[in-house]
This record gives sequence, C-alpha cells and structure tokens, in this order.
Amino acid sequence: MPADFVPKTIDLIRFLPEIILTVTGTLLMVLDAFAGRRWSGVYGNFSLLALAGSLAAAVYAFGVPGPAFSGMLMNDGFATFFRVLVIAVGILVVLASFRYLHREGVETGEYHALILFSVVGQCVMVTANELIMIFIGLEISSIATYILAGYLREDRRGNEASLKYFLLGSFATAFLLYGIAWIYGLTGSTNLAAIRGVLSSRDLAPSGMLVGFSAALMFVGLGFKVSGAPFQIWAPDVYQGAPAPVTAFMSAGPKAAAFAVFLRIFMTAFEPVGAGWEPLVWLSALLSMTIGNFAALTQSNIKRLLAYSSIAHAGYVMVALAARSETGTAAAMFYLAAYALMNVGAFAAVAHLAGKGERFVSIDDFAGLAVVQPATAALLAIFLLSLIGVPLTGGFFGKFYIFKAALQSNLLWLTMLGLLNSAVAAYYYLRILVMMYMREPGEAASVAEPLSIGMKTALVLPALGTLFLGIFPSAVLNFASKSAALIR
Amino acid sequence: MNLLNIVVALPAIGFLVTLMVPRDKPQAVRVIALMFSFLTFFASLGLAIGFRSDAPGAQFATDVIWIPSPEIHYHVGIDGLSLWLVLLSTLLTPICVLISWRFIEKRVKEFYAFLLLLSFGLVGVFVSLDLFLFYAFWELSLVPMYFLIGIWGHERRVYAAVKFFLYTMAGSVLMLAAIIYLYNRASTFNYTAILEMLASGKLSLTNGEEMLLFLAFFIAFAIKVPLFPLHTWLPDAHVEAPSAGSVMLASVMLKMGTYGMVRYCLPMFGGAAERCAPWIIVLAIIGIIYGALVALVQPNMKRLVAYSSVTHLGFVVLGIFTFTQLGLDGAVYQMLNHGISTGALFVLVGYLYERRHSLEIADYGGIASAAPWLSTVFLITTLASMGLPMLNNFVGEYLVLQGSAQANFSWSVVASIGVILSACYMLWLYQRVFYGATPELVAGHVFDLKPREWAAIMPLIALMVWMGVYTSTFLPAISRTNASILDFRKMNIRIQVKNPPISPYLSVSEVRHAR
Repeated sequence: MPADFVPKTIDLIRFLPEIILTVTGTLLMVLDAFAGRRWSGVYGNFSLLALAGSLAAAVYAFGVPGPAFSGMLMNDGFATFFRVLVIAVGILVVLASFRYLHREGVETGEYHALILFSVVGQCVMVTANELIMIFIGLEISSIATYILAGYLREDRRGNEASLKYFLLGSFATAFLLYGIAWIYGLTGSTNLAAIRGVLSSRDLAPSGMLVGFSAALMFVGLGFKVSGAPFQIWAPDVYQGAPAPVTAFMSAGPKAAAFAVFLRIFMTAFEPVGAGWEPLVWLSALLSMTIGNFAALTQSNIKRLLAYSSIAHAGYVMVALAARSETGTAAAMFYLAAYALMNVGAFAAVAHLAGKGERFVSIDDFAGLAVVQPATAALLAIFLLSLIGVPLTGGFFGKFYIFKAALQSNLLWLTMLGLLNSAVAAYYYLRILVMMYMREPGEAASVAEPLSIGMKTALVLPALGTLFLGIFPSAVLNFASKSAALIR
Repeated sequence: MNLLNIVVALPAIGFLVTLMVPRDKPQAVRVIALMFSFLTFFASLGLAIGFRSDAPGAQFATDVIWIPSPEIHYHVGIDGLSLWLVLLSTLLTPICVLISWRFIEKRVKEFYAFLLLLSFGLVGVFVSLDLFLFYAFWELSLVPMYFLIGIWGHERRVYAAVKFFLYTMAGSVLMLAAIIYLYNRASTFNYTAILEMLASGKLSLTNGEEMLLFLAFFIAFAIKVPLFPLHTWLPDAHVEAPSAGSVMLASVMLKMGTYGMVRYCLPMFGGAAERCAPWIIVLAIIGIIYGALVALVQPNMKRLVAYSSVTHLGFVVLGIFTFTQLGLDGAVYQMLNHGISTGALFVLVGYLYERRHSLEIADYGGIASAAPWLSTVFLITTLASMGLPMLNNFVGEYLVLQGSAQANFSWSVVASIGVILSACYMLWLYQRVFYGATPELVAGHVFDLKPREWAAIMPLIALMVWMGVYTSTFLPAISRTNASILDFRKMNIRIQVKNPPISPYLSVSEVRHAR
C-alpha cells in the first residue's frame, strides 16, 4: 500500500495541466502579497503563460491516455476535449480582462489566481471518473467563481451577485453531495463505471425508486450549475452583477465543465436507467429554452439579456442530452465548444464597451457602434449571428447536430419546439444588431476607447473559431464523436 | 475549373475584396462591386451558352464532400429550372450596383459588400443539389438582405427588416427539421439520390409523414413567395428597402420560394402536394384577386408594386399546383417575367424617388412632358407588367391560365379576373403619375434618364421584348426539366396511391378531370 501511495510518473503527466495551473496560481497569490501593486501589470502575463503551458500539457497528455491515481481520474479524449475548452476559455477571459481591470484600477494577482484555480477545478471535473473527484473539482471551481463574482468590492451589485451565487450555489452543491451519498449507499461505489455495473446487473440493481431519487438529487445540483430551468433563477442577477469579464468566464467555462460532468454521470453511471430520467431532462430542456428565450425578449440590460440567452442555450444542450445517444453526446460537446466561443466573444465585446464602472450596459448603448468602431461591431455581429444560428457559424452547426441527434432519437416534439424557440430567439439578438447597425451613435459609442491588443485578441480569436466551426466543423465533430464513445 | 463554380465563387470573392478596401474610398468600392458583378454575369452567360437543353439531369455539376460526417456535399449543378434563375440573379446584381451608384452615399463599403454577399447566397440557393447546402444558402441570403433593408431603407426600415427576418426564420426552422428528418430516413442530403430512392421505393414515407414533410417545406416556401395570407411582411419590406434591396427582393428572393416548391415539394412529396393542391390553389387565387384589389387603392408607388407582386406570384403558385406541363412551364416562365418586369418597375420607381424624394403617387403628375424618355420606358414596363401580348408577362400568364384550364376550367376563369385588375391598377398608376398637370416640384426636379440609368434599365426592357416575342430561347430548357419533375412526381404517387392511374402517361389530376 505505501508503495502505491507515491504517484507514478505517468499519473503526474496525465495530471500535468492541473499541476501547472495550481502552482502558478499559488505563486501569483504569494507574489501579490510581496510585490503588491508594483507588479500589477504582469500578473496577467503570468497567468496567460500558465494557461498556455497547461493547454500544451493537456494536448500532450492526450498522447498518453489512461487512468490516473488509481482510476480516480480518467485522461481520455472526452477529458481532453473539455480540458482544452475550459483552458481556452480561461485564456480568452484573461485577454479580455487586461484592459477592464486596468480601467477599474483593480489589477491584482488575486484575480488571475482565482481564474486559474477555477480552471483547475473545471479540469478536475471533466477528468474525474468518480463522484468524489467530481465533487472536489466542482467545489474548487465554484468557490473561486463565487469570489470572482464579487471581485469589485466597492460595487454593491457585485456583492449582491456574489452572495446570491454563493448561497444558492452551496445549496445546490449540497443536493449533489446528498445524491452522491445516496448512490454510494445504494451501490457501494463512487466509481462511475462500477455504479453502472451495479445498476445494469439484474441481481444487484437496487430499487428503481431509490436510484431515481438519487439521480434526481444530482440533477438538481447539476441543473443549477448549468443554469437549466427550473434552477436558473440566480443566473440573470449574478451575470448582471459580476464584472463583465467574469460573466464571460462564468457563462462559458463552469457551464461547459458542469455539462461535461452531467454527460459523464448520466451517460455512464445512470445510463441503465435512462428511460427514467429522460422525461426529466426533456422537460427541463423545454423549460430552459422557453423561459430563457421569452424572458430575454423584454430585457434592456445587455448582460441580463445574454444571461437569459445562456439559459436558453443550456436548454439546447439538454435537448442533446435527452437524446440519450452517442450522437447526442457528440452534439452536446460540439455545441458547448461553439457556445463557449461565441458567448465569451459576446461578453468580451460587452466588457469592452461598458466603460469605467460599467456605465454602458444597456442595449441602447450599442447604438451606432458600427459607425464608430466597425471592426468591433462586425465581430460582435458574428457572435450574435452565431447565437441566432445562421449558417457558416459554429452556432448553426451546433444546433443542427443537436436537433439531428434529437430527431434520431424520435424526440419530434422537442425538436419542433426547440427550433421554433430558436426562431423566437432571433428577435432579441436582432435588437442588438439593429442598435449597432441601424441607429445613430449615442454617448457610449462615441466615448468608447479603441480596442486594446488584449481585447482585440479576445474578440478575433473566438470569431475565427466560430467561423472555423461553421465552415469546417468536421475536425471538431469527429473528435467529439470519437470521445463520446468513450464515456459509455 | 467548372464554370458554375466560378459563378458561385465570384460574388463571394467580390465580397471579401470589398471588405479589404479602405473605408474612405467609396468610389473604389463601387468600381470593384461593379466589376465583380459584371464578371459574374459574363461567366453565367457562359453557362447559358454551354447549356444543352436536350440533355437530362444537372449540368456543370460538381460534387465534393464538404463535411464528412454527417455527409454533406458541396453539390451544385444547373438544369433548365435553375439556369435562368441564376442568370436573373447575376443580371440584376450589376443593375443594382448601377442604380445605387449615386443613391447610396453613406456606408458605401458595407452596402456593396452586402449586395455581393446577397448575390452569392441567391446563386447558391438556385444551384444547390444538396439539401443541407440549399438550406445553408437559403439562410445565408437572409442576413445581407436584413442589413440592406435595415441600414439603407426608408423611415420604418428597422421594423420592416426585423419583420422580414423573423417571418422567414420562423418558416425555415421547420424546413430544417424536415431536412434533418429526411436525412435520418435516407441517410443522405443528396437531392438526386433522395428522389431516386423515393421513386424506387427504397425510401417510402407513410402518408402522414409525407404530409408533414411537405407542409414543413411548403410553409417555408409559402412565406417567402409570399402566398396569401402569409404575405404581410412583403409590403413593409419592399416599401422600406432601398431600390436595390427592393429589386433583389422582388425579382430574385421571392423566386426562392416558388423555385423551392417546384424543385422540392413537387417531386419529393407528390402525393401530399396532390392532396393539398386544392387548398393551395384557393389561396393562390385569393392572392391574385386580393393583391390586385389592394394594389388598386395604394397611395404609395412601391406599396402598389409590392401588392402587384402578390398577384403575380399567385399566378406562379397556381401554375405550379395545376401539375400540368403547360401550367408548370408558365409558372417558371412567369417567375422570370416577374423578375424582369417588377425589377424594372422598382428600378424606375427608384429613379423617380431619387428625383422627387417621394413615393406618394399624389406628389407626381405630368412627368410625360418633363421626362419623355423616362415616361416611355415606364410605359413599356407597365404594359409588360399588365401582360400585353408581345411582351413577356403575357406568355407566362397565358401558359398558366391554359394549364389551369386543363386541370380545372373554373380556376382559369377566376384567375383571369386578376389579369383585368392588373391592367386597371397599372394603367391608373401610369395615368396619375405621368399625365395631367405637372406640379412645380416635379417640373423642377424630374429630369430625364442619364446614361448610367439608361445602362441599368435597357437590358431589362430588351429582355421584356425578347421574352415576349421569342420564347424558344428560354422555354425548351424549362419544359424539359419540368417534364422530368412531373415524371418524378407521378412515380412517387404511384407508390402511394391505392388505385394507380389508368395510363402512366397521364397525371392523376388529368385522369380525374377526364372523368
């Protein structure tokens, strides 16, 4: 036993991305304490380097697939896909934060350390192969995000957001943990494959009602994390209150990781009782899409609008989940990649335009942006068109794959309602396009500062990614399809 | 390199090149846009010359894999149906560039970029032989038009643009569902392959499935056409759009709907089309009469022309759903005619607007004395639009009426009222605008055609005469394709219908009529 306790080298290599991020994050905290504001400009560069390093490590680790730490983690294609995704989100968010933090005068090592920790948590979540690791990853990611939401200490909205997020979030995590405890009690294991084995064997399978109850508990916890209805109430307030780059982060990284966990738990462990949870996910998908889209119609604050839109998009991913098939899983993965890119891009544009103290976050503030800053407007337009789901953007193919998977699983009604929903959604995205392109410039556009280099990169990269996914989707989709087979 | 690919690619390249031009060089943008649109047109002329109207199937075809899984191909080709519609799109693009030369002064670069992107989308719609590709182009063409209306339109442009986008989007998402459903059944997006599978019975749809798929496609197309009562976006979009937008919208975009009906609804879902035909024809005839009556009382010129489009497109839909060779030929011919003559009307109304800055009929009068050439050109267009013999619309309307008389004589009788009414509103419009006393504002501002304006309108006038007099340039190719579409339709119905038609050479409706 003691000999086993020392981790093997290969385990460390498979865990390298997390190690790099953790070490750098801790270093940043220490540096912050000693160097203080003198170095305030370079923390971001540190964190970029660390993220780039861990991205490379994640790709390298893909070359040596397999379990790590006696099967607690599983470094497979699925994990690599999501690791790359959440790290990429981290990079984009850090790029978008430079100018924002400078403008607000709050450049600290702490901010970047928290982002890194949150990314670590997400990496652990998506790599985890058993429930305790999932829980630990979720907590690491969530706690860092709670703090980030209230990062602007002087801002009352930010405080409200942080507190609300923290209280509701811990409540939801408790549900998840309770569900984990139940399933451990029922099956005697926290390993996903082992749980699946117990549930699918005829002799050992525990009572369906008890399994259903524990699945429902986990569903509540995860439903909250992905902001799926009816657990979406927190999202608009928190998204609105948090600093714009943090909102960009929250709406993409943690959400993608939570969905990865969702897929792993429900497609691996609970796959044998799929017929039982499918109606639940079906209903939640429909509610998320409908509530998200219809509530977004009446919003005047851009961050709230995008918050509701992100609820609706969680609904689309749930449609893929309800399909309960490998194509569905692959579609969900593809969609999450496309969604993360377009949403981070859109929020980055919001962060750019918001100005000091986030004065300009109303939709009307986008008036005439295309006249004053045609490049920014064009980039945001690409994200919005992708969110609508116009061909040649990633959002379109994402929707296409999801509804294709849903129709393959005979979810005819969900498909119809989902597609009609996406037509409704076009309206509120068009409102922003109308503002940017068809109105005369207002105050916000005329005082908008030129794009900084970091912000430019944070807008151009996701835009290129969105177009790439829209024109050559097969590379990413093939990878997703291959890895989707792995989580069974 | 295949000529058709060049025609498809040129506008897209033009779009990208236009984006590269610095913002402060509007004249360069105009010249580049004109150059690319002309090049596209000349390339597409090559298509018309190289096209063999006696050969079956798609010509100039290219089929390469775009996305391996699910297999989506870049599969394009043209037949008699798409050939002329492609030419129509490529002809009208340079004309739109010309008529916007002075009219569009703000944000010139974006305007021409969007115009070229629109042209790319439209050509793509007509040449796609892969259902997915078709849908991608279909949706793509929506975006530039939305911006054209919304940025450069008149007062209520934003309302019109959003309405246009949402209407079309709502219809097309259902079509997307149907396309995915078909794919899941047939495991291919290939249009020709699906047709063959349907005909050979490899893929057989139940009556219910067929009906739902038909409706999903049909509603998307009917919104685009637009068929009564889904037409309400059209007057707004037409009136608010800038001239170039109106021209492209009326002449080409509406044809996307009727083209879709002929290309997809008829051959793929022949049985369902058959069952729905009576209802659709009733709606088409209501559209013909209603559009004409509403056009009669419009005080606004563009709105009048817009409602006249509802009438003309009603004829097209009527012709399609008679399922007769004559009716279908007439319908396709009428698509082209409407593109030419209504396009010309919008161009001319745009000229008037540039001079007098009003679209109200009441603001005009006596232009015949102020600008005789403009009046003459407008008169020819008016007569063409009414369907005067020797001009293009007459041929199309006549064929449609003849075809519908074969199917059901009473349809022709009611529909021909529309022809009479169209003479009423067009002549009355002409009389109020061009005759009578000349108000001072008109006399002072309305001057005669300039060379650039001549260049834009002359090709259309020439085509009106050509298409009215010498139909055999155009019709053989169209007839050939229509015949094969009707063939496919019959083959598909035979699997469905319990009692097969008595003679395989007669369509079901003809048999029924004969009884």
